[in-house]
Amino acid sequence: MNDIYMKDQAREIKKYARKVRGGRAQLWNKKKPILTHLDLELTERCNNDCIHCYINLPAGDRDAMGRELSTREWQRLLEEAASLGCLSVRFTGGEPLLREDFEGIYVFARKLGLKAILYTNATLITHRLAELLARIPPLEKVEVSVYGLDKESCEAVTRVPGSFETAMNGIRFLEANGIPFVLKSAVLPPNRAEIERLQAWAVGKAKMDEPVSLAMFFYLRARRDSAEKNKWICGLRLRPDEGIALLSTDRKRYIAEMRGFFGGVVNLPGKRLFRCGAGTGSGCIDSYGRLQACLALRHPDTCYDTKTGNIKDAFINFFPKLREREATNTEHLSCCARCFLNALCEQCPAQSWMEHGTLDTPVDYFCDIAHAQARDLGLLAEGEKAWEVRDWKRRIETFRTGK
Amino acid sequence: MREKIDLGAVYVPSEAIVAREIEGEVIIVPLTSGLADMEDDLYTLNETGKAIWKLLDGRNKAKDIVESLSREFDAGAGEIEEDVVGLLSELLTRKFIVAK
Repeated sequence: MNDIYMKDQAREIKKYARKVRGGRAQLWNKKKPILTHLDLELTERCNNDCIHCYINLPAGDRDAMGRELSTREWQRLLEEAASLGCLSVRFTGGEPLLREDFEGIYVFARKLGLKAILYTNATLITHRLAELLARIPPLEKVEVSVYGLDKESCEAVTRVPGSFETAMNGIRFLEANGIPFVLKSAVLPPNRAEIERLQAWAVGKAKMDEPVSLAMFFYLRARRDSAEKNKWICGLRLRPDEGIALLSTDRKRYIAEMRGFFGGVVNLPGKRLFRCGAGTGSGCIDSYGRLQACLALRHPDTCYDTKTGNIKDAFINFFPKLREREATNTEHLSCCARCFLNALCEQCPAQSWMEHGTLDTPVDYFCDIAHAQARDLGLLAEGEKAWEVRDWKRRIETFRTGK
Repeated sequence: MREKIDLGAVYVPSEAIVAREIEGEVIIVPLTSGLADMEDDLYTLNETGKAIWKLLDGRNKAKDIVESLSREFDAGAGEIEEDVVGLLSELLTRKFIVAK
């Protein structure tokens, strides 16, 4: 009789069980649950003060602290999420490790059978926390933001003296305890010259087989709480041509990725406001209990208060209704609604909210980036506007096949 | 090397895992380290696996599970015992279950 229990090569318990590695999509033979993943923004406070950050409040902000969900409230939400079929959560912020109850919330989530991603600046990772993560592993890689390879460049971004050393210590604790992690960064004036070295360092340090994810087209303030900070962030954003140059550093890989990207179905969006999967199967609960369709969308009309309702109602009723909304902005309707670059472009209700305070006002910056990318790929000629192009299907096919 | 199963023993889910039933799938999520081959591994049980898993209630001996499934399913007792012993042995080896 064949070994039907375990195959060394396929590593599968064939007759009774299936091992599922990584991607959740493989899990569901039948119906997917209504909720598979939640971002949990434990606090908006952060012990860094990064120059480009879209959300951070001071670590000692007592007003924010007083409004944050309690330990018990987070536990209740985790219980409900698990009961709805949620399989993974991501603890984010601000800096989630600022929460003194983080370890308790983390263990509670894991004991519910949730996988947990921790997104952190690593400065508050202690030997004790790393030991906990070794004993009760998160089952997903820890995500660590690193902003420079030395004290000077790093702390020019974080604006906190000593943060470089504490971040490196945190990373060393992860390494010493065998905790897998990935590194993320942002392209900013203090570290721009180091980006290649950062990539090489990250590959060695975190044994990453993908390049470090680099933020460069920064979001404005998610709470629309500071025009001054927004102006500052706009000044830090890369120009479209600069961003594309960085994205396509490995030109062959970039083109292959873009061909794969355009290999999916491309449609003109029409009037519909939501072209993404926001609010379908995943969302984000902010520090005060409001459930958002995604991490970035905080327009008051689009958020659901879990203190007066429940997660199930949000996903069964509130978000489906939200997703039925249509754009009414005339510029959106004459441009974005007809644009074949819509999947490439970051234009969305969340970006419109952060830039303009509405849900459907076009964001020129992202339009410029998408058009610059399209010109670079040969999909548009100089001066052409994507929404005026009639033969876009042919152009995509030509690009995709390279003929 | 797979663990041997005692048909007279009661086996229960280990405290080192969390078993979840989601949309009809039984998914075993490792809790403590050292269980999964890789950090992001989960395990789902098929129908046979689920039927056996649900009888690990802290009271049924392994032979009780065989008898219960023999009554429920149209298959020979020998085949069912082989299935039960096979799965329990795999689960015990992986420390997903323990002898009570």
